[in-house]
Amino acid sequence: MTAWRHFFAILPECLLILLRAAVTTIEITLGGLLVALVLGLAIALLRRSSSRGVAVIAAAYVEVFRCVPVLTQLFVIYFGLGQIGFRISPLPAAIVGFGLNGAAYLAEIYRSGIESVPRGQAEAGSAIGMTKRQAMIWVILPQAIRISLPPIGNYGVGLLKDSSIAVAIAAPEITFAATNLINQTYLSTQIYLLMALLYIAMSLPLSHLVRRLERRSSRGVRA
Amino acid sequence: MQTTATAPLVQLTGVCKAFGPLRVLEDIDLDVARGEKVCLIGPSGSGKTTLLRCVNHLEQPTAGHVYVEGKLFGERQVNGRYLPLRDAELARMRSTIGMVFQTFNLFPHLTALQNVSIGPVKVLRQSRGEAEALGLELLAKVGLAEKRNVYPEQLSGGQRQRVAIARALAMRPRLMLFDEATSALDPELVGEVLNVMRQLAIEGMTMLIVTHEMGFAEEISDRVVFMDKGRIVEVNGPHELFRRPQHARTQSFLSAVLQKKPFQ
Amino acid sequence: MPTTLPQYVATWLPEMIAAAGNTLRMAVFAFVFAICLGLVLALARLSGRRILAGAALTYVEVIRGAPALALLFLIYFGLPSLGIVLPAFLAAVIGLGMNGGAYVSEIYRAGISAVDRGQREAAQTIGMTSGQTMRYIILPQAARIVLPPIGNYAIGLLKDTSVASLIGASELTLRARDLSSEYFMPMQIYLLSGAIYFVMAAPLSAGVRYLERRLRRGR
Repeated sequence: MTAWRHFFAILPECLLILLRAAVTTIEITLGGLLVALVLGLAIALLRRSSSRGVAVIAAAYVEVFRCVPVLTQLFVIYFGLGQIGFRISPLPAAIVGFGLNGAAYLAEIYRSGIESVPRGQAEAGSAIGMTKRQAMIWVILPQAIRISLPPIGNYGVGLLKDSSIAVAIAAPEITFAATNLINQTYLSTQIYLLMALLYIAMSLPLSHLVRRLERRSSRGVRA
Repeated sequence: MQTTATAPLVQLTGVCKAFGPLRVLEDIDLDVARGEKVCLIGPSGSGKTTLLRCVNHLEQPTAGHVYVEGKLFGERQVNGRYLPLRDAELARMRSTIGMVFQTFNLFPHLTALQNVSIGPVKVLRQSRGEAEALGLELLAKVGLAEKRNVYPEQLSGGQRQRVAIARALAMRPRLMLFDEATSALDPELVGEVLNVMRQLAIEGMTMLIVTHEMGFAEEISDRVVFMDKGRIVEVNGPHELFRRPQHARTQSFLSAVLQKKPFQ
Repeated sequence: MPTTLPQYVATWLPEMIAAAGNTLRMAVFAFVFAICLGLVLALARLSGRRILAGAALTYVEVIRGAPALALLFLIYFGLPSLGIVLPAFLAAVIGLGMNGGAYVSEIYRAGISAVDRGQREAAQTIGMTSGQTMRYIILPQAARIVLPPIGNYAIGLLKDTSVASLIGASELTLRARDLSSEYFMPMQIYLLSGAIYFVMAAPLSAGVRYLERRLRRGR
């Protein structure tokens, strides 16, 4: 019980430290998501390339990143690249790692979004004289991205939590800060609970937002 | 309500159904005698399907009651109050009323024969052998014995609906409900399903049928019920109702539906 | 002492393959835990009993709100203060299983609600009780629908076992970390461990894609 009393005495201080670290968590999440959004779209489009080589490479990228843990990817980027002379500090390493990994997932999300746009849409585009590329940009993609928004949102919420893994490369995010606090205070139960609550406080509102988005888009617009 | 030989097989008294503010059925009274065939017709949204679904309590009436063979259906009465039945009792009661859906609702993970025999095996606790013998007999009756080991997705719409009828018959129902059984079918497949229904009618099955096939309704039914806006507008023998409709709404509905094939 | 890369790989590989065996064992145990817990949670949420459904919902929301790593840390570093000391491997299995149960229950729930309403009604009209309807009609169909997402979950779980290295559970990633601090060749070692994960997960991934394609065609 004395441990809890001690914990509550230092709670404001702990919370402040964790909240400051939460900024880094958010940076990793948003940075990684941005990289993944752009790279993922490129990969999804390359998979549809008429050049077989390009399409295969894009598919292989997705498959490799789908089948290897993101932690391993972070280690390769942070420790591996460091070994061969490319020293990156933890924060950018985490952003690049989660971004490369997320691109594979988002490419799949975009792909199924593109596939779920009815074929008649592309045909209607070419019927009014659009090229394939124009039909993709002006007809298919706007609809596909709309369909993809809820799963992308889910991916973002997942990323917020997965960013905790960046503790392994010493990125100064929430989990890292919590572990440091425990090394000073030995209050592991209390501080990890506080940490879990903080993650929940950040992710629950977001996932409710996504669920509302899902409901709205399942009502959808029908042309 | 007591059970007598002359009591109607099905009796609806004051049945109302509302979905939230939307009133779908208003104060429906209807009797169906044993062996009688009654067709429900009317414009879409008139409440025909909801009425049918209230009979076996797929929809619980918001007011009013259903009696089958004189016994309160789907509810029990305790000290003058009506309470919903427990799951198992409701299930046992429902097993005595067959229903055929517009969308067939065959079980896609079961073969035609398994679709027909699963009720007898799981609900009536018959042996598998017994249930499959009955199932084969019924599949033969609807002309599909050779399809016994085929899954629903490999059957045409008409064949699916005939399996669905056999599935309902396997429970040896006292009453069959048909909810637009041919509406989802391609025109050339409607006949085979109607033939099976015709055969059932000849054998004396009590049938309550929601249909858009006016010719069939006139041919098969003992009485036709015309519904509009959740109410029963007119009930009469088929020839009277189709040829000499009494109400203006019945007349305008029939003239709209039958304009291509005038009577008289 | 090895001098060329192939020689190094020949030294590392047996150790890493042995550790990969642990990774697989951890994944299988956690998977079994998760699919059982998930079924219990899903049935509780669909039971129609408010307290049961509410408890299950709370569990799912809380677990899904926090990182798996937080759960592992709580179990491994937090429980000892309550006098419960678990070996790292067991703590990882329990943590990953508890975490997975929440996700799997959502997959089951989505699968069950994806079965057409007409199926339930058809079962009711031939006199099946809710229990019979669930058992003979809904669950067999839901099982097919949930197979691909469950497969995806299994792939994710196989990879997530790597996180157990952070509580010192002996598995592939921990072995790779140890080797890399012994040989100072993190690039080669982590790429090799990545390749081993790939070899384990790729067949699963191919299986899931096959199932998805087959299901999209129909049965």
